[in-house]
Amino acid sequence: MELYELGIKAAQDGLAKGEFSSCELVQSIIDRFHAKNAEVGAYLTFDEEEALSLAKENPKAVPIAVKDLINVRGQPCTCGSKILKGYVSPYDATVIRNMKSHGFIPCGRVNMDEFAMGSSTENSALGVTRNPYALDRVPGGSSGGSAAAVGGDMCIAALGTDTGGSIRQPASFCNCVGVKPSYGRVSRYGVTAFASSLDQVGPMTKSVEDAAVLLGALAGHDEMDGTTPKDPVPDYAKELEGATLKGVKIGLPKEYFQVSGLDPEVKRITEAAIAKCAAAGAEMVDVSLPHTEYAMAVYYIIAPAEASANLARFDGVRYGHRSAEAKDVYSLYVKSRAEGFGPEVKRRIIMGTYVLSSGYYDAYYGRAQRVRTLIKRDFDEVFAKVDALLTPCAPTPAFRLGELQDPLTMYLNDLFTIPSSLAGVCAASVPAGFTDDKKLPVGVQFICGGFEESRLLKVCKAFEEA
Amino acid sequence: MKIDVGYVAELARLELTEEEKSVFQPQLEDIVKYVEKISSVDVEGVEPMMHGRPLVNAFREDEVRPSMDREEALANAPARVGDEFLLPKIVEGAES
Repeated sequence: MELYELGIKAAQDGLAKGEFSSCELVQSIIDRFHAKNAEVGAYLTFDEEEALSLAKENPKAVPIAVKDLINVRGQPCTCGSKILKGYVSPYDATVIRNMKSHGFIPCGRVNMDEFAMGSSTENSALGVTRNPYALDRVPGGSSGGSAAAVGGDMCIAALGTDTGGSIRQPASFCNCVGVKPSYGRVSRYGVTAFASSLDQVGPMTKSVEDAAVLLGALAGHDEMDGTTPKDPVPDYAKELEGATLKGVKIGLPKEYFQVSGLDPEVKRITEAAIAKCAAAGAEMVDVSLPHTEYAMAVYYIIAPAEASANLARFDGVRYGHRSAEAKDVYSLYVKSRAEGFGPEVKRRIIMGTYVLSSGYYDAYYGRAQRVRTLIKRDFDEVFAKVDALLTPCAPTPAFRLGELQDPLTMYLNDLFTIPSSLAGVCAASVPAGFTDDKKLPVGVQFICGGFEESRLLKVCKAFEEA
Repeated sequence: MKIDVGYVAELARLELTEEEKSVFQPQLEDIVKYVEKISSVDVEGVEPMMHGRPLVNAFREDEVRPSMDREEALANAPARVGDEFLLPKIVEGAES
């Protein structure tokens, strides 16, 4: 077995026993990067010298690939956009500081849809990422580079971010475990904002145990992010001991199974997962989340609205691209932004500006926030009855590069992941099988209540072992 | 719903080519048509949800702390002069 094939737990054990050093681990990933990245394109940049020097300073540290919108001091942070070409981060995000103090080091920058807007990584302005399980297919997105690196054994584990499914859908496409923590569980300081009321950083790993270990390192209160409460962070990995599905009440929300366009193979694999849970002693309960059908619409009002405000910072003044045509302040803004942003980012900025504009605000943004309350209440009510929910993660397995051209069709990929994002609860994608014909990986989604990560991980772990 | 894409883009300080306008126009109208399905939901008396979790203000003592080093803060500037960001003239009619 090559060192790059290891997960976090196995790497930590090997390091503790002195079987290899962090430098050897990093070197193995660098060799793998050279052998495989031209084909898969998971990484955008890889500062080998920096990774090796960090490993030398921290001989027991485990390297983690980082999505290219999380700031690491001295490293690029492009967000998959031309507008941040050449940018060098002047500081570490809190998740990077937390990671370092828990025995992890950042190692390589992985590709993503521009500013995390997309479900295939095809919106990256800086390179193509392919699914390591089928090179003519997408890795999912927006954390497609993270998922491809984990699924293709090009890293030990990776950090992703999830706004409406950007960790979970690519995890499903690339056979990884991906956890979207509850809103507020993990600090967003130093993570380029897309939609601030939804964004969360989370682990993308080769096992549930690895996800528990890495989430434990990332999570916690941060005075630089006022949305992170002081709730203690449980020892997620330790709490996995003895995880069982026996007696666990798992809800099956009927709205998620009545969707037209649910791929028959995804349906078959999800049904097999339900049967597996039942066989392992879980009590399966039919439940309803009645406002599910409005979640996509709410999301595609709120997320672009927040994005249009967040991306106003790219004005060509303090950092990022400045147009050579800038003659006055107006042309500085309009030309720098026109040259720097790609089409999906432009569409969402326009959509967001439209729903926030005078005369439309109440009908769109204001109303969407109210419907969001109703979606949240659905989850509150259902979690009074069950411990967790089990649903499909994405409506299809990985699709072909270039297959989905229409934006709205692409948006439908996040049908099953968006409602839990709006509700602010935690959710994870766990590998559940492969399609019969093409052998493409498919994950299922488990959802638990807010700050119930410990419960979520236990359910995922018991499912993984069942 | 007809959207004046050029006007909204101007509000967002984005210059669009004619081609972009013609591509975005039907796409955005499709998206707007889709999201309008929320107009049928009864939201009478329902409070808006601003965040993924109820929030209280996070206060701290107002004390002086070190900020980012000036050189580091300026290192990514597209153009600078001395310790300042250099910009095209902004105030109309002022001597430059």
